[in-house]
Amino acid sequence: MEKIEKFSGVAVPLKRSNVDTDQIIPAVYLKRITKTGFEDALFASWKAEPDFVLNQPVFANGEVLIAGPDFGTGSSREHAVWALRDWGFKAVFSAKFADIFRGNSGKQGFITGVITEDETKALWEVIDANPGIKATVDLPNQTLSLGEMTVSFEIDPYTKWRLMEGLDDIGLTLRDEPAITSFESNRESWRPQTLPAKGIL
Amino acid sequence: MSNPSKPLTLAEKLWASHLVAEGKDGAPDLLYIDLHLVHEVTSPQAFDGLRLAGRKVRRPDLTIATEDHNTPTVDIDKPIADLTSRTQIEALRKNAAEFGIRLHSLGDKNQGIVHVVGPQLGLTMPGITVVCGDSHTSTHGAFGALAMGIGTSEVEHVLATQTLPLKPFKTMAINVEGTLRPGVTAKDIILAVIAKISTGGGQGYALEYRGSAIRSLSMEGRMTICNMSIEAGARAGMVAPDEITYAYLKGRPHAPEGADWDKALEYWKRLPTDEGAVFDAEVFIDADKLDPFVTWGTNPGQGVSLFDSVPNPADIQDPNERAAAERALEYMDLKAGTPMKEIAVNTVFLGSCTNSRIEDLRAAAAIVKGQKKADGVRMMVVPGSQKVRIQAEEEGLDKIFKEFGAEWRFAGCSMCLGMNPDQLASGERAASTSNRNFEGRQGKGARTHLVSPLVAAATAIRGTLSAPSDLESVS
Repeated sequence: MEKIEKFSGVAVPLKRSNVDTDQIIPAVYLKRITKTGFEDALFASWKAEPDFVLNQPVFANGEVLIAGPDFGTGSSREHAVWALRDWGFKAVFSAKFADIFRGNSGKQGFITGVITEDETKALWEVIDANPGIKATVDLPNQTLSLGEMTVSFEIDPYTKWRLMEGLDDIGLTLRDEPAITSFESNRESWRPQTLPAKGIL
Repeated sequence: MSNPSKPLTLAEKLWASHLVAEGKDGAPDLLYIDLHLVHEVTSPQAFDGLRLAGRKVRRPDLTIATEDHNTPTVDIDKPIADLTSRTQIEALRKNAAEFGIRLHSLGDKNQGIVHVVGPQLGLTMPGITVVCGDSHTSTHGAFGALAMGIGTSEVEHVLATQTLPLKPFKTMAINVEGTLRPGVTAKDIILAVIAKISTGGGQGYALEYRGSAIRSLSMEGRMTICNMSIEAGARAGMVAPDEITYAYLKGRPHAPEGADWDKALEYWKRLPTDEGAVFDAEVFIDADKLDPFVTWGTNPGQGVSLFDSVPNPADIQDPNERAAAERALEYMDLKAGTPMKEIAVNTVFLGSCTNSRIEDLRAAAAIVKGQKKADGVRMMVVPGSQKVRIQAEEEGLDKIFKEFGAEWRFAGCSMCLGMNPDQLASGERAASTSNRNFEGRQGKGARTHLVSPLVAAATAIRGTLSAPSDLESVS
């Protein structure tokens, strides 16, 4: 995972509460073999409505989603995070997140920042006045800035540390990389090796 | 092994010798993985994860892939009809090429079930750790290896780091003493073990199969037993290496050679559990008294002697197990008290990672040779690998099966799981040498009785669940 510090991107207002994972990505899209390529599946039902926010060209390249409370409820599908990420989003801000969604997000290097409902509404107003405005997310300082407005967001310290260090589960193990390399240098020559291939019929 | 004063079990020695970093403050240990086996079903998202993170496969030279779960076992030169299956196979081919992994594809003479291919190439050996995104990876423990099934996120982890974070297992000794009677096999031992300790009895444990009955088994038999460790809920199953192990391994393509062999052998001989080592749990099975075992229900622990009857749920004390038995009998369409030998089947399946090796095919062929298949019974013989198929054909086993009226097929997982075209229709009943008799496992609504290759062969002749000894009066 990439290390995350500070970035700016188009802010998208999602003026709905209780955005469940079936809305984020309908079950029909779960049969795929990939962990990527889910951008078409993101909010697939809502995208059928012409007025949906992501159908407006000014928000099509959105990177920072600002949504109503109870975001990511419902099933545990990790695909919900994949779909948001594949569309181009890097962070979601909401007054409340479902636990599993939040956990899945942390593992995928995706920021879920908690702000208040009042802040959410104020940010929506800023965007309404300036559609296409870019938000700046500062992870070390835990701030979200939009025009003149800056709000603080909450994120748990362990997830913040992992995101800033760019560590997923594999990343955490790779911190022991010197120990792995040292172990390998002592690996006996009789142990199995698949290459070069032998025994080809 | 660093502390000679404390006697250790085989499992503890395997753990200690692969410890890369000890977990502190409740964190798991980090273990090195010697051999990673890959197949098409559980790997696509793992490879995609690597791509997404810009990672490589750390050790392509410790990784090998084969196509097995989705592959058809007839018309293998034609495109795979099912789109999802074809997509997964094509993804594996693309991923193997991109990440530099050796792959044995459908049509390749080295292709076959992943757990048959590893041992036959001599890649599986004592003293190593083996993982694969498949629960039957426990098979490889037959060589005195620590072998475990893992999930897709762990597959990605091993591809990227060649290690796995794991919390230590408890150890359980399964002592099987005595001599098996004729017609009783390794499959019957493991079905009896699971019936005894139940499908959850092994949870959290690495099982070590010990005792004179295990020592006298061939490597194929030991693989059958270790294969089904997972059906008892265990993380791993293993047998200490001995002369039978070394004889099986020596000369195989990837087995150590020359000085490496000598060094390895010296090491392997120190692997068996030390005198005085303590297991967390012990189970005893009397091999002298074992009958051929068959399942009557819908989990591998619901088994009885073939000479017994379908049990009566009312006799089961535990209310959960009683309810499970009632439901199983309903699904299986069986009545309590029916002698197992009166149960008629439509299909006999000889195959799967449990029982598709050359010894299994030889044993079944010896029984059906010159016999007539029961009317209305279909028998499918699916070798575990193309190499097994070729060897069987060299020995003329294919002719015996075909003359008997059985279908002689190409290698793959086949009817063991309903992922490929080989499936039972709803309501059909099979005697199957595979490992799982779950509801719908071999096809929606299909009914499965787990049996040994010998019972499978005898059943194909008589049409009802049968032992080889039932045939003597016939011939």
